Amino acid sequence: MPNPQPGEAPAGADVAPVDVTPLVQLVSPTGERVVEPDNATYRSRVDHLTSEDLRAMYRDMVLTRRFDDEATALQRQGELALYAQGRGQEAAQVGSAYALAPQDHVFPSYREQGVLHVRGVDPVDRLRLFRGEDHGGWDPAEHGVQLYTLVIGSHVLHATGYAMGMQRDGAVGTGDPARDGAVVTYFGDGATSQGDVSEGLVFAAVNGAPVVFFCQNNQWAISEPTTRQSRSPLYRRGEGFGVPSVRVDGNDVLACYAVTAEALERARSGGGPTFIEAYTYRMGAHTTSDDPTKYRDRAEEEHWRQRDPIDRVAALLRAEGDWDDAWAAGVEEEADALGERLRAEVRELGAPPSTAMFEHVYATEHAQVAAERAWYQQYERETDQTTEAAR
Amino acid sequence: MSETLTFARALTEGLRSALESDEKVLVMGEDVGRLGGVFRITEGLQKDFGEDRVVDTPLAESGIVGTAIGLALRGYRPVCEIQFDGFVFPAYDQITTQLAKMHYRSRGRLQVPVVIRIPYGGGIGAIEHHSESPEALFAHTPGLRVVSPGTPQDAYDMIRAAVASPDPVLFFEPKGRYWTKGEVTTSPYPSARDAGAADVLNRARVARSGTDVTLVAYGPTVATALKAADALSAEGTSAEVVDLRAISPLDVPAVAESVKRTGRCVVVHEAPSFHGSGAEVAARVSEECFYSLEAPVVRVGGFHAPYPVAKLEHEYLPSVDRVLDAVDRVLAH
Repeated sequence: MPNPQPGEAPAGADVAPVDVTPLVQLVSPTGERVVEPDNATYRSRVDHLTSEDLRAMYRDMVLTRRFDDEATALQRQGELALYAQGRGQEAAQVGSAYALAPQDHVFPSYREQGVLHVRGVDPVDRLRLFRGEDHGGWDPAEHGVQLYTLVIGSHVLHATGYAMGMQRDGAVGTGDPARDGAVVTYFGDGATSQGDVSEGLVFAAVNGAPVVFFCQNNQWAISEPTTRQSRSPLYRRGEGFGVPSVRVDGNDVLACYAVTAEALERARSGGGPTFIEAYTYRMGAHTTSDDPTKYRDRAEEEHWRQRDPIDRVAALLRAEGDWDDAWAAGVEEEADALGERLRAEVRELGAPPSTAMFEHVYATEHAQVAAERAWYQQYERETDQTTEAAR
Repeated sequence: MSETLTFARALTEGLRSALESDEKVLVMGEDVGRLGGVFRITEGLQKDFGEDRVVDTPLAESGIVGTAIGLALRGYRPVCEIQFDGFVFPAYDQITTQLAKMHYRSRGRLQVPVVIRIPYGGGIGAIEHHSESPEALFAHTPGLRVVSPGTPQDAYDMIRAAVASPDPVLFFEPKGRYWTKGEVTTSPYPSARDAGAADVLNRARVARSGTDVTLVAYGPTVATALKAADALSAEGTSAEVVDLRAISPLDVPAVAESVKRTGRCVVVHEAPSFHGSGAEVAARVSEECFYSLEAPVVRVGGFHAPYPVAKLEHEYLPSVDRVLDAVDRVLAH
């Protein structure tokens, strides 16, 4: 059975109460603009987007998916230790990232390849952690994107603290669009059960911190459906803390852009935090070590395949006469080139020197680290000499 | 300038000096603002530095440390107060999996100069969860510095060095010593590049010189060891007292230098001896001083039992008598 859609009754008696929450939607799954009195505010947020902008979004979603497919293949070939797929969540990620200003700051989990792509984090750098070559991979200051966080929900507090710092820097509510900034933190439905996410909401709410809590409800926390995390719609988590909250169709790139733009503008202007639940679907496995056939059925996956976020943008472009086969072929070529580059360069990422394990444990010298490093270097030299002598 | 201050006031003055000298320094925690903290260590600071710099936080320890990490990533130097030792564990995940590893996992691109102040230890007749000594749990985590001052002067110097340090520092304050007094010489706030000022976070000090046995202590047990040394002196035994100041890093050369002279070593801390920091000291001494040792290293610490009810804490804590008993045992060899 498919997961219940908002407005649809769930099939089992053991699942959450009927979820009748309306979604913010600007484009239907078949590519028509959705015009309703309720979404007028959000429609006005996308008025300025041109067909070129829509094509750019489409391109970034296609490149994000290709990255995902290539990384998955590299893992299958033994080139990556693990990879966390984001297939199906491209609209939520690319749409929200399009709303970011350069001075905004992102705190991702580990499944936000669409966001990292839009922010310009190098694709090879994004795989260093999964390659086992680095625990990070890029300079957070360069792109305004912090490193992956693997402990679920921990970074939501860092995001809130960072936003509190922005307030103290006078980088919020000045009215200067080049100065005022905000933070977006990405996390999933499973993370909403973590205490750190609740504490992040508490700290953000009482401080009026400029942080957007962007929850991608992809319906599954590894093998557990969202009904194992919550008995109420996730977006209402925000309301309980006094944080304005909205649920958006996470497979509608324009709607995701619009709600994030609205939330970011409120945050940058000093209006405080917002909780966004992007209702979407993890079309792939949790990670490459997972087997979704053990806990969900084909019908559900098919239900969501009909709502593929990339198909929706393509349908919109076609419906509005902005599709161009030659241009689309060019995007595919670009994706092919990305794949080629990843296949070549990821394989070339070697191991760091053994002494790297002692580097940067502390910013200033620590006697025990220094002693162990010196011991290990000596040990390595002696072992090498013994090996050499044995030859 | 020199004046007589309580241990508590020395900390307040150290924090005040940091707040005055570096506008990025923040103080945050439960009740640290108008109340000045349950032990009044931050008394008067919010009045002088404002609510944005001396921040009353929600009652959530993980939230305090987690947001402090975010503030540090934005360029601030937060000093968090955890109200009591037994309340640090909700923040344990943020401290060990996040704070301790940020610099490492970013290959040095991210610094998180967060100080976490924890009033710790027993002897004040407190109820459950208010008298614990969890310092070894943090010393076992690479990436954290773990220190504990034993005198008002060190309290003043070490809190300022901790705030100036680019590394995260777990700052354990012996709450049973808060009301004791000592001479404190104040000085200009150290710059981050002042390596000498950071010595107090790295180097042990000899609190009392002696020739027959080395008593190794830190934080609350420095005073216990000094009292034991007085008693030993009356019996004709000359005890040297080494105040570690830091258990991460551990100043092994200072301890070894002393034990090589005395040939005997007793380690004293309030935390349970089992898997405690004294075990590390004993192991290092056996490695470094094997041929100088006249007796096995003996530890005097808490027992492997939860901190007992207040009516029994003086039986649980390492007392002067238990230190003297340990010294008798090492002298018997």
